[in-house]
Amino acid sequence: MSATRFTLNGGEVEARSAPAARLTQVLREEFGLTGTKVGCDAGDCGACTVLLDGEPVCACLTAVGQVEGARVETIEGLGRASEVTRRLQESFLAHGAAQCGICTPGMLVAATHLLERTPHPTEQEAMDAIGGVLCRCTGYRKIVAAVCAAGTPVPHEETPTAGAAVGARLRRLDGRRKVEGTDIFGADEAPPDCLLLRAVRSPYHRARFRFGDLEGFLKAHPGIHRVLTARDVPGVNCYGVIPPFADQPVFAVEEARFRGEAVAAVVGESAAVEALDLAPFPVEWQELPPLTTMDAALADDAPLIHPGRPQNVLTRGRVVRGDVEAGLAQADLVVESRFETGFIEHAYIEPEAGFARRVGDRIEVQVSTQAPHHHRDDIAKILGISPEAVRILPTAVGGGFGSKLDMSVQPFVALAAWLLRRPVRMVWSRPESMMASTKRHPARMRSRIGATRDGRLVAIDFEADFNTGAYSSWGPTVANRVPVHASGPYYVPHCRARSRAIHTNLVPAGAFRGFGVPQLTLAQEQLMDELAEKLGMDALEFRILNALRPDQPTATGQVLGAGCGIRQCFEALRPQWRKRREAARRFNEQNAAGVLRRGVGLAGMWYGCGNTSMPNPSTMRVGLKANGRIALHQGAVDIGQGSNTVIAQILADALGAPIGCIDLLPADTDITPDCGKTSASRQTFVSGKAAELAGRQLRAEILRQANAGEGARLSFEEGRVTVQEGDHERVLWLESLPLDARGYVLSAEATFDPPTTPLDADGQGDPYAVYGFGAHLAEVEVDLELGTTKLIGLIAAHDVGRAVNPMLIEGQIEGGAAQGLGMALMEEFIPGRGENLHDYLIPSAGDMPKIEFVLIEDAAPVGPFGAKGIGEQALIPTAPAIFNAIYDAAGVRLRRAPATPDRLRAAIKALAR
Amino acid sequence: MFLRPRTLREAVEALAAPGVGILAGGTDFFPALGERKPAGAVLDLTAIPELRGIEIGPERIRIGAAASWTEVIRTPLPRAFDALKAAAREVGSVQIQNRATVAGNLCNASPAADGVPPLLALDAEIELLSVRGERRVPLGSFITGNRKTVRAPGEIVTAILVPRTIEGPSSFLKLGARRYLVISIAMVAAILEADTTGRVGQARVAVGSCSPVARRLAQLERDLVGAGLEEVGARVEPRHLDVLSPIDDLRGTAEYRRDAARTLVARALEAAAGGFLQ
Ligand SMILES: Cc1cc2nc3c(=O)[nH]c(=O)nc-3n(C[C@@H](O)[C@@H](O)[C@H](O)COP(=O)(O)OP(=O)(O)OC[C@H]3O[C@@H](n4cnc5c(N)ncnc54)[C@H](O)[C@@H]3O)c2cc1C
Ligand code: FES
Ligand code: FES
Repeated sequence: MSATRFTLNGGEVEARSAPAARLTQVLREEFGLTGTKVGCDAGDCGACTVLLDGEPVCACLTAVGQVEGARVETIEGLGRASEVTRRLQESFLAHGAAQCGICTPGMLVAATHLLERTPHPTEQEAMDAIGGVLCRCTGYRKIVAAVCAAGTPVPHEETPTAGAAVGARLRRLDGRRKVEGTDIFGADEAPPDCLLLRAVRSPYHRARFRFGDLEGFLKAHPGIHRVLTARDVPGVNCYGVIPPFADQPVFAVEEARFRGEAVAAVVGESAAVEALDLAPFPVEWQELPPLTTMDAALADDAPLIHPGRPQNVLTRGRVVRGDVEAGLAQADLVVESRFETGFIEHAYIEPEAGFARRVGDRIEVQVSTQAPHHHRDDIAKILGISPEAVRILPTAVGGGFGSKLDMSVQPFVALAAWLLRRPVRMVWSRPESMMASTKRHPARMRSRIGATRDGRLVAIDFEADFNTGAYSSWGPTVANRVPVHASGPYYVPHCRARSRAIHTNLVPAGAFRGFGVPQLTLAQEQLMDELAEKLGMDALEFRILNALRPDQPTATGQVLGAGCGIRQCFEALRPQWRKRREAARRFNEQNAAGVLRRGVGLAGMWYGCGNTSMPNPSTMRVGLKANGRIALHQGAVDIGQGSNTVIAQILADALGAPIGCIDLLPADTDITPDCGKTSASRQTFVSGKAAELAGRQLRAEILRQANAGEGARLSFEEGRVTVQEGDHERVLWLESLPLDARGYVLSAEATFDPPTTPLDADGQGDPYAVYGFGAHLAEVEVDLELGTTKLIGLIAAHDVGRAVNPMLIEGQIEGGAAQGLGMALMEEFIPGRGENLHDYLIPSAGDMPKIEFVLIEDAAPVGPFGAKGIGEQALIPTAPAIFNAIYDAAGVRLRRAPATPDRLRAAIKALAR
Repeated sequence: MFLRPRTLREAVEALAAPGVGILAGGTDFFPALGERKPAGAVLDLTAIPELRGIEIGPERIRIGAAASWTEVIRTPLPRAFDALKAAAREVGSVQIQNRATVAGNLCNASPAADGVPPLLALDAEIELLSVRGERRVPLGSFITGNRKTVRAPGEIVTAILVPRTIEGPSSFLKLGARRYLVISIAMVAAILEADTTGRVGQARVAVGSCSPVARRLAQLERDLVGAGLEEVGARVEPRHLDVLSPIDDLRGTAEYRRDAARTLVARALEAAAGGFLQ
């Protein structure tokens, strides 16, 4: 094979790969330059952006043979050679522009090209320059700000002094490797002799299948070492995130229950597996009539997708308080409607990837995951070994948003590596990821809300069905969480909320930021607006009047007592609510002859942090090393949301140490205690609290050894801790202390499990220890003739208890709001259609307006320094606020999301008729 | 096999062999492959100097087959090409525009190809070369259906030729569901030429994504002749769009497309007419 010569990052190189190979593959696999990421292999995400003769291009669409004689620069080279790139990297760190970091190299390369020509770009220029790179985490605003500010040197970060870490706008502690492109994601590493695995998946929603001559297939394909099917699973061929409901096989047996379900896998040398055409794989399909709608699944004569789940109902949820019928009868006014939403794809830019290797009688799996300890236990069951024999090494996670709580590549690579005794790797393609990973549940909701003439809510009757797809995944969680939240952040004396999770022959729906609450809120907050309008009340004042007070019971009978900041959130919006509505009215008057209409809308929300009435403990370990540094065993996986940083901040202040003394030990089931899953907005709250407790414990131990009182000041230096109390100073010489088994002179471990109580048959109890609250104000511009909607402004007020790191919180809000915008205006996944990022649209850099924030700190007494979660909250009110704004602008209410141009235009035409 | 000829001669000779696939900017080529590897030989056109560049002659403008969308944006061209330039800025992203060729966009023949309406409006011709010789085909007959062209397997598109038969402002409007990186739900290109009295002397209007192949609206073009510049938008009637045959797909319903196309046509004409004031 001929070699391709080109200049790579300033040096002359010869590529040995086939000249038709994609440049991405050559850079990553042949030259080890994994800073160039692959999110789609189709030009749609821009994560692979490199400079070719100085111009940004997608390396995934360029054949290496085409760069013969040309100059290629990647993030690695630019970071060394370009002053502009280095300034951008600093600016990205200072602005919090990298969250998970998977899009960051592409963003930096694209922005480098702009800044080399335009040192002080406008926002518009910055957006145009990065428009070809998708980011699912940040909502783009901090990236745009970082690009615009990179023309001037970034001031050095002032590191907070001891005790001042909580509340500081600290840069991410793991940020540098993200902006340098050296962070290791799921697909970025594999042992040199690694085999490759590919799954054989069902092309049908439902089909019976039989294998043909697998032996013959193996013989005919040199380099393929093994075909795996259900028969090869030594333990149980079953896993799932909620053990009592576990029902998903590694490989389907006889019948595939959804399109994209794996029935077999081929394992072999990378080149052989890559070249393999799976079309002739010996499997015979017999397509069966699928249940693709909830109605079909509920029909009396519908076949059961899982025996033992009558009517294909997986679970039901129920909360009943008061007497809803009597309540509605008391109401002077009742509004009622139905709402529908579709599947939504997580669309993280990093597709699922990882590898496994067998080490003696243990298996190690290095993978992009949100739930390492849970996956350890599931792998153990699948392989029929003890959990201690499984080690999960989470990589950096290039976006998760809930879907990486479920296993993806893990069972396949673990099984293959276990049986073949060779390392095995699997990297999902974008279509594979979209076909097989979990989605947000489609919802079909019916709601009635009643109020008295004076504007008080009296009763809510809510019913929802969620399409949970072929396997349970997080269906039970959605079904349970939604009824608890049905009242919204309001006091409602009579409430009845019922839900069902229903199986169909479609892709499993699982966890996606908010577990069903975003769908619920889309329905309820539109009805709140309708009620207010019919009552002749201002939509904001109506909400303020009904906002839950700390002394009022929720629909589950819980009285929060404290940490109930919804009223403050709404009140914070009051001045802008008036101003912007007035501005919209003026715009519409001045442009009465035109086709553009502006509108302003509101929505409120609440969200319980942590699991619903279920234990979800986190354990943190900290150790003081003989050199005076503190090791933090931080097992709360950072999926971009910032737990690596936030938890260190909390520990620093609990201990009374400067944050610079802390060394993070990354999540690894062998060395970090179980911090549970990165879900349910629980890491800052639950794991953060465990870190606080561990920090206080270690501090107490140091003070005890030094015989000092609680108020003493600690300073950590090489080999010693100085304890100062008034004029009195004592030095703890660390070298003289004995080391424990982990090599620490002192250590502490603490567990925190939020105090909740079980829900009774009527859903009464204390399901969460802490609730987050928030409200969004959205401003839109609708083109009446085309039915297009542009979000032109957003104000987000959130009660976060305590803003541990305001910059990271803003990042969560912007990113959540961008996903809410997607949910409102463009996102819907239709299984079997549009399994790529070309047809499935997520917001691009030009779709997000500037966001204004109001952070309310109504401390949650049980949270660390009063903090609550924010990860999911930010997404919840965005879509309903946009829908309410569309109504304000165009006078139409859509009962089905998303509000695509064709749907909105049809509604506008119907209104005119 | 990967072939990277330096001359057009070598290229057409290589293409005379069966099963050779053409690769230009690769922006349709690679996504179409998905996870597969290219099946047969690949012929890369990007190293052939004869295919590069945009030549501006007195009679016609020649866009070489290797010219990218970025080159279209950067080359000073008459204002009748503003629609093509606007389309160029809307093709995917900067990364795509830097690699993707105009010729590839036409050869790929997607109903949503943004290059087709402006070039149809410009009465572009396609120049093809094979070992048997050269031929020219009007763009309107070059693309025959969804992903179908009259290009024979041994032929290379060598250039897009635009006769300078209309002089006047032009516009391009694209409707998509997000700002960047978006495939058109519908798009419209319009060019207007004024007569000596300041009324419409010649009009060209083409609509894409609303039929298997983008269409010129011939009846509308005729009806616009003689119209005042301020009334071009108002002249558009539903019947003018009868030649369209939109379908329902993920991006929108057929009914919506027809409705939106009419709005876009009127707005594109108004935008082009506005060009006379500048
Ligand atoms: C992320 C993304 C976004 C996109 N967005 C848009 C968009 O908004 N609007 C739009 O219109 N398009 C869009 N496209 C498609 C657009 O990039 C292509 O149509 C492009 O113009 C094709 O040119 P190319 O040079 O890349 O062609 P290639 O991919 O190299 O080739 C395309 C096809 O044409 C053939 N071919 C190419 N050149 C010749 C030639 N000279 N002679 C004969 N056959 C030839 C090839 O064999 C191949 O079948 C997008 C593509 C991607 C990946
Ligand atoms: S990997 Fe190249 S654009 Fe997504
Ligand atoms: S930070 Fe952009 S995708 Fe995660």
